[in-house]
Order: sequence, then structure tokens, then C-alpha cells
Amino acid sequence: RALLARPAGALRALRALAAGPEMHFGFQTVTEEERREKIYQVFESVAKKYDVMNDSMTLGIHRVWKDILVHKMNPSPGTLLLDVAGGTGDIAFRFINYVRSIRERQLQRKLKHHQNLSWQEIFESYQKDKFNSLGDSQVVVCDINREMLKVGKQKAQHLGYTEGLSWVLGNAEELPFDDDMFDVYTIAFGIRNVTRIDLALQEAYRVLKPGGRFLCLEFSHVSNPLLSRLYDLYSFQVIPVLGEVIAGDWKSYQYLVESIRRFPPQEELKAMIEDAGFFKVDYENLNFGIVAIHSGFKL
Amino acid sequence: EEEEEEEEEGWHQLYPGHIPTSLLQKALLAAGSAVMALCDPYRHDMVAVLGETTGCLALPNLRDKMKNHPEGYRILQERPRIRLSTLDMARLQGLPDGSLGREYIRFLEDNKVSPDTRMPPKFVDDEELAYVIQRYREVHDLMHTLLGMPTNMLGEVVVKWFEAVQTGLPMCVLGAAFGPVRLSTRKLQVLATELVPWAIRSGLNASCVLNVYYEQRWEQPVESLREELGIFPPP
Repeated sequence: RALLARPAGALRALRALAAGPEMHFGFQTVTEEERREKIYQVFESVAKKYDVMNDSMTLGIHRVWKDILVHKMNPSPGTLLLDVAGGTGDIAFRFINYVRSIRERQLQRKLKHHQNLSWQEIFESYQKDKFNSLGDSQVVVCDINREMLKVGKQKAQHLGYTEGLSWVLGNAEELPFDDDMFDVYTIAFGIRNVTRIDLALQEAYRVLKPGGRFLCLEFSHVSNPLLSRLYDLYSFQVIPVLGEVIAGDWKSYQYLVESIRRFPPQEELKAMIEDAGFFKVDYENLNFGIVAIHSGFKL
Repeated sequence: EEEEEEEEEGWHQLYPGHIPTSLLQKALLAAGSAVMALCDPYRHDMVAVLGETTGCLALPNLRDKMKNHPEGYRILQERPRIRLSTLDMARLQGLPDGSLGREYIRFLEDNKVSPDTRMPPKFVDDEELAYVIQRYREVHDLMHTLLGMPTNMLGEVVVKWFEAVQTGLPMCVLGAAFGPVRLSTRKLQVLATELVPWAIRSGLNASCVLNVYYEQRWEQPVESLREELGIFPPP
């Protein structure tokens, strides 16, 4: 699939020498700096309609994908999660719900064991645990885009998520965190937009504790030929139209669809994750490869 | 291959802001924008998109009318644009009352609108037709002035009826037909008995409004221009 066979004129070559390596922005060829800026602008512009668009484009299925990711993670209370490119908080909220429900079950089991105690003692033990409904679990949502974080914070307030949640402005290629800090690192539908994926993977490795887990949820490649054609048709014909009609923004959604095509397929991404130092790297296809979850461990 | 098509389409940008689209995309856009424009009347961009995606017959028609008329032909050649930066506001305000220029400025001020808020075309696949639809949009405010209609829902619907008859653009026809849905019964009555019949009669009687080089007629009294075009005096 040799795309971008663009004849490089002398002017273009000179420009490239001056401005750094050429990269892709969807199907266009741009410099590294231009790509970062363009992507920032895309998300700045789509932030407010991000969730609506996700529901329209995937007919709500993205919610199932994200549920599967958190179930695969199977976090226990006390887990410290870093959700990178977590923008509007979808993974963070699911993590909190999951941990809360596990915690509730823990508490219920504890109560059952306390059936010989007096009411006073039961009440006291319940009070002690009540203030710990998350069991010390925490999620840090990190995103490079201010607008997305803003939308995420508003959503959190609106939905009532107050504890165990922090919002940090940061770049996946250069995370503002110390080494060996987190139990789990997730990046859902974000790594595709990172300009230097290798750096992001290295950073992921760095900030994870030994024994920590890397999880990546991302659009991937459909190998089934018939399905692939239908998927292409839908992607290129319908999605930009949805973008124009719902968000008044054709170009951002054209970029979205093109960036999915440009992203490395399952095996290639697996190799890149292994290169960053992760072990037991594996992937699971969802919906025939439309989406894939990659997983790896820092040992 | 779909991807290579996409790549090539990107190179077929005919004018700044042009987004080349396939027939399927245009059909989806037309349907989507029609629904969205009805659901959310503040989405003026959807009305614009509807106009562009459905104008494939009406626009060439308008362009030909312009080509066959001396003044219209000049407009197509010179491509004048009505924008705050190109209008000499001070001069127009200084013109006598009743002149096109003075009344146009008055209209802009009274209704607090500006000619710069018109959407540039995106989905028209011909550079000249893109100008024609742009000209139609920029001349819209002058239509209001000539017809003496304000920018409230009622006034807009009347202008749409006039434009529908004049241009044949499906977007105008749809706007004229569905616009009244949001009006009160009293207004609907006035609309049906007086305003729409007048708008239709004037639209049919008048020569093509896109064939007028408005920028060269600022001094002309509105009444005289109405007579020249064949627009009957407003009720």
C-alpha cells in the first residue's frame, strides 16, 4: 500500500531540510511540527461534539469497546491508573465505576462476616470503610489538549465523579510524571494521534511500575476483504458527512478516517510495543479488526 | 482503490475551501443538512450546504442567464464581492435617503447584520458555479432591501418565496415551503393572503436579480430600481 508517492520538487526538499522530517497527516504530507499543530486544532475543534460524534459514527458501539477494555484491565481497589489521551474521561469514569462496584462487593462480604458483632461495632466499621468507596484507587487523566480536558472536567462534574480523579495537561511523548509510578497505563483512541509513537511507548514503559500493564485500544486493520470494502465505504462516504452535518466540520472527520488507514496494523504495533521493552505483548481483535486491544507488561 | 481516489480528489480542489465530494456523499449531505436545518434553525451552515448539494440544475441555469445578459456577463467576468472591506460605508451612508446604498446600510444597521457572515461554498464542483452561489448569498441582503422585508422569520420566508421563483434553487423552494411551519397563525394569514402572492408575482415579473451590478448602482433610488426590475411595490 504505497501511498503518498508524491513527486518531491526541489522546493519541497529544501523545505523538508529546514523543517525536519516529513510525516503524514491523514493522507497529506507535513512536517512533524505541522502535524502536531494540525492535530491539536482538530481536537480543539471537535472537543464539544466529541461524544456525540463518537456515538453517531460507531452507532454507540464505542461504548462497548471501552467497557471491554476496562473489563480486560480488571482493576482491583487500590489500583493507580494513568489514562493518556483520556480527554473526555470515558475510560476514567468506567474505571471508577468498576472499582466502586468491586469495592461494594468487598464491603458486603465484610459485613456478612461481621454478623456476630454488636450494631455499634458494625456501624463503626461501616463508617470507616464508607469514606473509602474507591479503596484508594485513583485515575489520572492526561491529555495534550486543553479543550478536551475542559469537556472532560465538565462531564465529571455533571455526572458526579468527584473523588479519585485528577486531570493533567501533558504530552504522551514526554509525560510529566516520575518513573515507576502507575499500575496501569491506558491509551484509548489516542495513540493514533501521537506524532512519535515510539516515544509514547517508551514513556509508557518508564512511568509504569514493574509488573505494571500497558493497554492500548485503537482502530486497526480489517483483513476480511468484503468487510474491509464495506468498512472503507462507510468510513469515507458517511463519516465526513456526519462530521459536516453534526459538528459542521468535514475536515476533522476526513482526517480521522485517513489517520485510521495510516496507522500500523496489529502485528506492526505489537512489534513496536515489544521494542519499547514490554513483555508478553498480545492483541485482541474486536469486530473483525476494526478495533484492537494491545496489551503488554513491564517486568 | 478508495484510498487512491481520496488522494486524487484532494488534488482536485477547484477553489479555496472546495471539498470534492462523490455523488453518494452529496446525496447524504443533502438529506442530512435538510433534516438538521429543520431541527436546528440556527444551523445556517446546513442551509448553505443544502443549497450547494441540491443546486446542480438551478445553478447552471442561473449562470447561463447571467452569461446571456450584458450586465450579468460583466459580473461573471469581474467577480465583484460584497464585503465590509470592499464597501465604502461612509460614502454609502452619505447618499440621499431612498437611494439603494443608503437604504442598504439602513437595513444592515436596523437588523444588525453584516455581509461578511455569508458561508463560502464548499461542495460546488465548478469554480464558476461556486461564484454564482456566492453572489446569490451576498445579494440576499439586497433582496431584503429591495423587497422591504426585515430579517425576522416572516421577512425571511417572504424573501425565500421571491428567491425560489427567481432562482429555482431547491433550497429556496424548501425554505419557502417549510419556513412558515414556525410561524403563528396570525402571521401565517398575512403571509398567505398578502405577502406570498405579492412575492410570487414580483418574482415572476422581475428580470433576473443576479443580473444587476448593484455595486455600480448605489446612487439609484430603490423605487427606480424596483421599477426597472419589475418588482411590484410592497404591500
